[in-house]
Amino acid sequence: MTQKITSRPVGAVMVVGGGIAAIQASLDLADSGYYVYMVEKSPAIGGVMSQLDKTFPTNDCSMCILSPKLVEAGRHPNIKLITLAEVQDVQGAEGDLTVKVLQKARYVDLNKCIACGACAAKCPKRIPDEFNQGLGKRKAAYVKYPQAVPLKYGIDAANCIYFQKGKCKACQKFCPAGAIDYEQQDQELEINVGAVILAAGFKPYDPTPYPQYAYANFANVVTALEFERILSASGPWMGHLVRPGDEAEPKKIAWLQCVGSRDLNHCDHPYCSSVCCMYAIKEAVIAKEHSHSDLDAAIFFMDMRTYGKDFERTYVGAQEHGVRFVRSRIHSISELPGGSLRLEYVTEKGQSKSEDFDMVVLSQGLEMSPDAADLCRRLGVEQNQSQFAATDSFAPVATSRPGVYVCGALAGPKDIPLSVMEASAAACAASSGLAAGRGTLITEPVEVPQRDVRGETPRVGVFVCSCGINIAGVVDVKAVMDYAATLPNVVYVENNLFTCSQDTQDKMTEVIKEQGLNRMVVAACSPRTHEPLFQETLQAAGINKYLFDLANIRNQDSWVHADDPVAATEKAKDQVRMAVAKASLLEPLTEAKLSILPKAMVIGGGVSGMNAALNLAAQGYETHVVERDNALGGNARMLRTTALGEDVQEYLIELNAKVEAEPLITVHLGTVIKNVDGFVGNFKTTLVGDSGEELLEHGVALICTGAGEYKPNEYLYGQDPRVMTHLEIDQAVLGGELDLSKINKAVFIQCVGSREPERPYCSKVCCTHSVESALAIKEANPEAQVAIIYRDMRTYGDRERLYQQARSKGVIFVRYDPDTKPEVVTEGDSLVVKAQDPILQRTIVLEADLVGLATAIVSHKDEHLAQMFKIPLDQDGWFLEAHVKLRPVDFATDGVFMAGLAHYPKPLEEAVSQAQAAVSRAATVLSRSEMMLPGTVAWIDQRKCVGCGVCWTVCPYQAITQDDNGLAVVNEALCKGCGTCVASCRSGAPNLRGFSNQDVLAQISVMLQG
Amino acid sequence: MSEENQFQPRIAAFFCNWCTYGGADLAGVSRLQYPPNFRAIRIPCTGRMSPKFILQAFRQGADGVWVSGCHPGDCHYIAGNMYARRRFTILKNLLEYVGIEPNRLHFSWISSAEATKFQQTAIEVIESVRALGPATRMVKDIRRVA
Repeated sequence: MTQKITSRPVGAVMVVGGGIAAIQASLDLADSGYYVYMVEKSPAIGGVMSQLDKTFPTNDCSMCILSPKLVEAGRHPNIKLITLAEVQDVQGAEGDLTVKVLQKARYVDLNKCIACGACAAKCPKRIPDEFNQGLGKRKAAYVKYPQAVPLKYGIDAANCIYFQKGKCKACQKFCPAGAIDYEQQDQELEINVGAVILAAGFKPYDPTPYPQYAYANFANVVTALEFERILSASGPWMGHLVRPGDEAEPKKIAWLQCVGSRDLNHCDHPYCSSVCCMYAIKEAVIAKEHSHSDLDAAIFFMDMRTYGKDFERTYVGAQEHGVRFVRSRIHSISELPGGSLRLEYVTEKGQSKSEDFDMVVLSQGLEMSPDAADLCRRLGVEQNQSQFAATDSFAPVATSRPGVYVCGALAGPKDIPLSVMEASAAACAASSGLAAGRGTLITEPVEVPQRDVRGETPRVGVFVCSCGINIAGVVDVKAVMDYAATLPNVVYVENNLFTCSQDTQDKMTEVIKEQGLNRMVVAACSPRTHEPLFQETLQAAGINKYLFDLANIRNQDSWVHADDPVAATEKAKDQVRMAVAKASLLEPLTEAKLSILPKAMVIGGGVSGMNAALNLAAQGYETHVVERDNALGGNARMLRTTALGEDVQEYLIELNAKVEAEPLITVHLGTVIKNVDGFVGNFKTTLVGDSGEELLEHGVALICTGAGEYKPNEYLYGQDPRVMTHLEIDQAVLGGELDLSKINKAVFIQCVGSREPERPYCSKVCCTHSVESALAIKEANPEAQVAIIYRDMRTYGDRERLYQQARSKGVIFVRYDPDTKPEVVTEGDSLVVKAQDPILQRTIVLEADLVGLATAIVSHKDEHLAQMFKIPLDQDGWFLEAHVKLRPVDFATDGVFMAGLAHYPKPLEEAVSQAQAAVSRAATVLSRSEMMLPGTVAWIDQRKCVGCGVCWTVCPYQAITQDDNGLAVVNEALCKGCGTCVASCRSGAPNLRGFSNQDVLAQISVMLQG
Repeated sequence: MSEENQFQPRIAAFFCNWCTYGGADLAGVSRLQYPPNFRAIRIPCTGRMSPKFILQAFRQGADGVWVSGCHPGDCHYIAGNMYARRRFTILKNLLEYVGIEPNRLHFSWISSAEATKFQQTAIEVIESVRALGPATRMVKDIRRVA
């Protein structure tokens, strides 16, 4: 092993886990030239996200946004899914690791299973369904959930009657594909990779140990994840809001926060779980929507921690929506006759109260799963004091073991976008040492030369699938075949038992060639799952893949009209007729090739920008950093330490030195951007610096432009020098102008400029920053009196430990409401802060020789930059990502990415990982010499165009521009093929390839001819 | 009217690829049953829906038209469904003006996870068109013309 170190690194990475973080890391790596082994413990990927009903803050349907990623990962030629498997051991050094994996037997042959569900239908054994948190039942032969990837059944041997008692075999008897294999054995695999990414996720905290919450005893006390399943349309009650005890619709529901978080009494979890406040708000709002009555939803909390992008708006919106928020400590729950529940609690003012609810949801925290903890120990990966995988702020996705990286909730509680971002970051970090091995292990599809069929009479082949008995059991397949043979242009018809099986694909390729077919129609399942497969077959036979249509006679016919075979057969004929009519009109489409210039431009030279540049260089790409200031470093130049206590200035010196030493990086200081032309792969940007204008050509752009600090006009700021902002205090300490040991009385005021009507967002970092400063003062002068006046302490995650530390060191915390803000006044020479204490219910007066204002982080609102790159800003001026959940560093505009404060306020370690994430996403573009663009794009018939401008106004991608004659022209590199322009034009000038007016009208014309 | 003699409406459906078409697929996976009275055409986005597709369907003799796409905010193409909604409202007014009953034309938002909603909406659309009887207003009847 050791002598291999000098050789080329292995161009493959193992990703351990199957949740959204693992999926994103795998896709990024596979899309940038690395082969990926994805090792998942359960029978299917999808993780906890697949169990969620909606996602905050947008209330996007979780499965809808996850499902395309699942399919993409499942079909990717360079991702190998290894399900039911666990990593046993990792040997070797970074670049050349040998991983031992134990894969459990599934007892179903993956190659034969057609996911018809016959095994589950016939299996006599019913057991609680883990996917539905035990609220429903599944069989011993089962699929994890309906959209599972791989969509393959499996046998749970521990619950199978045959495995336990030696007889039954119902599944084998009824499986139409002969896929059941009771002889399958567990297998030990040995896999050679260059790096390993751990993305094994978290375990939802089990509240059973809380005797006073009686989760285990009271049927109508549920966990938040159970509540997700109750809300889910695919859940045990099909999305009907009912309580488990009696399946009655609840009229009053309470959410109890911090169950298994911020708690040392019942569990060893002093940390904050970071996501529960937001998911409780989401669940409360969705439950109100689901309810047929006016649901009374109440959230019992200590601090509402809505610190992320658009979270505060969601919180305020929920209050307006009628969700009640009760600041309290819960004492106990008791069950009333009939199953409802009585909550006993103490309010902030110390009053004891009780209220009855029909149902109680415990907002359970996130914890390290024992399996993942074992994995960390086996691999020699250090865990932090909260048991999660330990990382540091400057290398946020690296573990203690070189070559092993981490992302997602395995490294601490976090939400989906942060997990996705870290996943990309881990992909970047894991692959930077493997750049020399990139492209060595991936399979490139073999290109078959295509026959030019233009001008030929359409010769359509129709393949009617029986899908075992899934179609043929209802639809008269023979009648459909006979009918298809009578349709115009149809020259060949055939029936297959399973059209999708690999052997049928091979036969079809031969048939297409022998029969000289130039169009293909398959009557089978859904194009959403199977179109790419049949298109590949067509391509393999030398025919353009766009000369294809699929008639969905299974999902949208035989399965939904099972009790009416005659009508289902008639419908299938209609569907085939429509598909043939469309196919006959289809034309071969060319996929435009776009060359990619492997060169990056990073705008902004702060911590995000420098990290982005260094990581791009590590991947081997020439990088230009454009910084308008005359020095690198950005806001970090004013910061003392990170939340983990690391020295930021030392780090900056190191970072600067690395950037300077890196030959692939060119830094343009004192430079701004004047103009941007071009698109992904081929940007041309005009820079203006001291030495005049310069044209920079680059393939991608990374926006790392940072943000500023709010300068307040309240609390005597600017009038009394003892009133300072966060950054001013840090700067004064760094510059030696402020000696913390000389401070005897300090007061910090939170939310200065944040969570205000004009800036209705939380600045995320200020609570932690004030606590850090308070601790620093206490450290320098233990006798000092320090107070923090706050609205909600938002020390999320492990930052909660700092808050606890500050309290135990005697820092005083006084809460205020926005209508009773504290006042800062001078009385003689002394500076005095007056605040309303809601617990004591009187004004407290604090003298101070330093008042620290936790001022908001404000965006630069750089509209000029936004326009030049065609990227949007949100209402607060932050750059708006392509998708708030799953594409957190991408823009809808291809080839442009972002990192750091330009996206939203965030602490330094998140900026570093976001920079790595942006590089990972950029690498999926830069690693290709050229990009194929889908052929299904719009085009303009300029003879019909009058240049009215409707199309370029409605185009969501700015893909249509005006040419020199004032007429519309489509930039195929930007067009995504939605067709909005086609439907909007009054002259009929635009048309959409693959979904043209003619194609759709032909289908309509023949639709009713049956 | 007995069940056999019930009027069987013929409905043209247009589903966006990313949401409702997925919801229809999932209804199949979940084996949710609904009457076989519509034929679906898959379009990339409801933003692709030209008003002439709806007019053409009525001219071909469809008794009803059903267009369904993503929920507001969920559009795969950012906002195509919002353009569709605006266009659709105007067309619906126009059709009502020319004598097409409003219940012949339906628009819904169904996500790719809402199989039950798909089934329910399908039944509602079919039943509301069934109640109106055959549409003749836009069909060129040769006998009448002659």
